[in-house]
Amino acid sequence: MAEVTLLETRGLTRRFGGLTAVDAVDFRLSRGEVRAIIGPNGAGKSTFVGLLSGLIAPGAGSIAFDGQDITRMPAHRRVRAGIAYTFQITNIYPAMTVLENAAIAAQSRLGTGSEAAIEAAARAALAAVGLSDLETRRAGDLAYGHQRLVEVAMGLALAPKLLILDEPTQGLSDAEIANFIAVIRRVAASATVLLIEHNMDVVMALAGRITVMENGRILAEGTPDQITRDPAVQAAYLGGAS
Amino acid sequence: MIRHNPRLFALCLAVIAAVFGAQFVLAGYPVLALTRILILAVFAMGYNMAMGYAGMLSLGHALFFAAGMYAAGMASRYGAVGLPVAFGIGILGAAAVSLGIGLLALRTRTVSFMIVTLMFAQVGYLLTLQFADVTGGDQGLTLSERGFALGPVAVDMTSGAARYNVAAVVFSVVLLGLYALTQGPVGRLFAAVRENPERTRMLGYDVARIRLAAFVLSGTVAGTSGALYGLTFGFIGSSFAEFRTSIEALLYTLVGGPGTLLGPVLGTALMTVLIDRLGGLTAAYPIVVGALLIALTLWFPKGLLGTIRDRWLPWLK
Ligand SMILES: Nc1ncnc2c1ncn2[C@@H]1O[C@H](COP(=O)(O)OP(=O)(O)OP(=O)(O)O)[C@@H](O)[C@H]1O
Ligand SMILES: [Mg+2]
Repeated sequence: MAEVTLLETRGLTRRFGGLTAVDAVDFRLSRGEVRAIIGPNGAGKSTFVGLLSGLIAPGAGSIAFDGQDITRMPAHRRVRAGIAYTFQITNIYPAMTVLENAAIAAQSRLGTGSEAAIEAAARAALAAVGLSDLETRRAGDLAYGHQRLVEVAMGLALAPKLLILDEPTQGLSDAEIANFIAVIRRVAASATVLLIEHNMDVVMALAGRITVMENGRILAEGTPDQITRDPAVQAAYLGGAS
Repeated sequence: MIRHNPRLFALCLAVIAAVFGAQFVLAGYPVLALTRILILAVFAMGYNMAMGYAGMLSLGHALFFAAGMYAAGMASRYGAVGLPVAFGIGILGAAAVSLGIGLLALRTRTVSFMIVTLMFAQVGYLLTLQFADVTGGDQGLTLSERGFALGPVAVDMTSGAARYNVAAVVFSVVLLGLYALTQGPVGRLFAAVRENPERTRMLGYDVARIRLAAFVLSGTVAGTSGALYGLTFGFIGSSFAEFRTSIEALLYTLVGGPGTLLGPVLGTALMTVLIDRLGGLTAAYPIVVGALLIALTLWFPKGLLGTIRDRWLPWLK
């Protein structure tokens, strides 16, 4: 089957003062894949996905998504176009219930017309991440791991074409990570997933391909096998991490 | 659970029943004062849409109250239209003014927003003085049109009972309308923008447009109150456009509970009665009101109903 490009960047660049956080990155993502981005702290991973989601404006370069140029598209319209983004630092509505959190995401896709449809979609998203039992709880009162899952559920409730997750397993216990891997496997059946991840077990369990970033550039890209055997990667990253 | 809020709905119906029933029970009670409370409660409910639900603290809602009042009053006085049409013109006038001001003021947030809305409202106040030959300035204008036909029924607005029932009908319609709006997806969206605008934007919403919608809704309901006030009592004047009017909306909402549907209603009732009583006793009543506000923020930081909601009754929202 021919690979269909879902997202492509050309020469994507972002500077912060004298620092080039993302440096002329050419990147391609196929529809249906699970891609992991790895790289040391400060490599520019969050900045890169921030550019994709519209959270950060690019200095140069272009982004095409699903056949259209979205370089100048405002962030909220990119979400409507199918790019869902979860923050590296948990970002939810702490004073609202878990169900309301998911409902706000669901109604972004469904409109404010039918509350019954919104609620059903919100419940489905919560069920997918295993939070059904906590629906009526105040989101801010949940354990940290559960709050991260609320974020993932919000992403799912958008029914995105591309789900971007910035370090979703940071701070999770081993059992929560195992659950998370199962959740993402199910999500991957219907969406493309772009995942920034430091935990190599998670990367190896989920990613079909891996992109390695360093100093704002793509250092290497390939299957998990190719990446673990890549000497440049071993020197720059894997060697130091394990 | 989020689809309906049956207990709050029942409470709203009980409030409406009490409003209509009060006139039969409280014979001889100052109907005039109660009519004022109902109309000003509509003002506070409107204010609460921006300040309580969407988290935009305006100090300029006197402008929207006055826009409704002047648009309706001038239409009645100079336009040779009946009271219902004048009322409609008042609502439209307030909607137009709040849209214009919203487009400008919503470029700012928090403290700058407070200052900008305050300044626009002062401009509006000065305009009513400046064009005193048409507006009547601080002397005001009395409106001669004092009745209208509702199908076969002639409503005489010089009658205290008629005024009370007209005010009660508008109050009830606004209360139920805002119930429907705040307890469903729209209310949730306003709260989302208030609680976490960045997250809301990254869920695909145009936060600026939602803020504008909440602001226009708020200003329009405030103007509905102003139009009703002017037409009901047959008088419009600059004093309603003063800063004091904006502060009263804020006060009623703060006391009752911002972001609760019925909080502003309770706050209006309590504070107008209190201010009327105190005003009769001492000229220093603002000091007493100030002291009360301090006590309130200590023991009921989220207003009366807001605190009750947080402690005991989560559905009271
Ligand atoms: N808003 C900003 N202003 C200035 N510098 C920034 C800003 N955001 C990021 N940077 C810098 O850009 C570089 C890349 O940061 P980025 O957050 O993209 O890295 P990262 O790969 O996500 O790192 P981590 O693994 O720690 O999350 C860092 O040196 C960071 O300090
Ligand atoms: Mg990062």
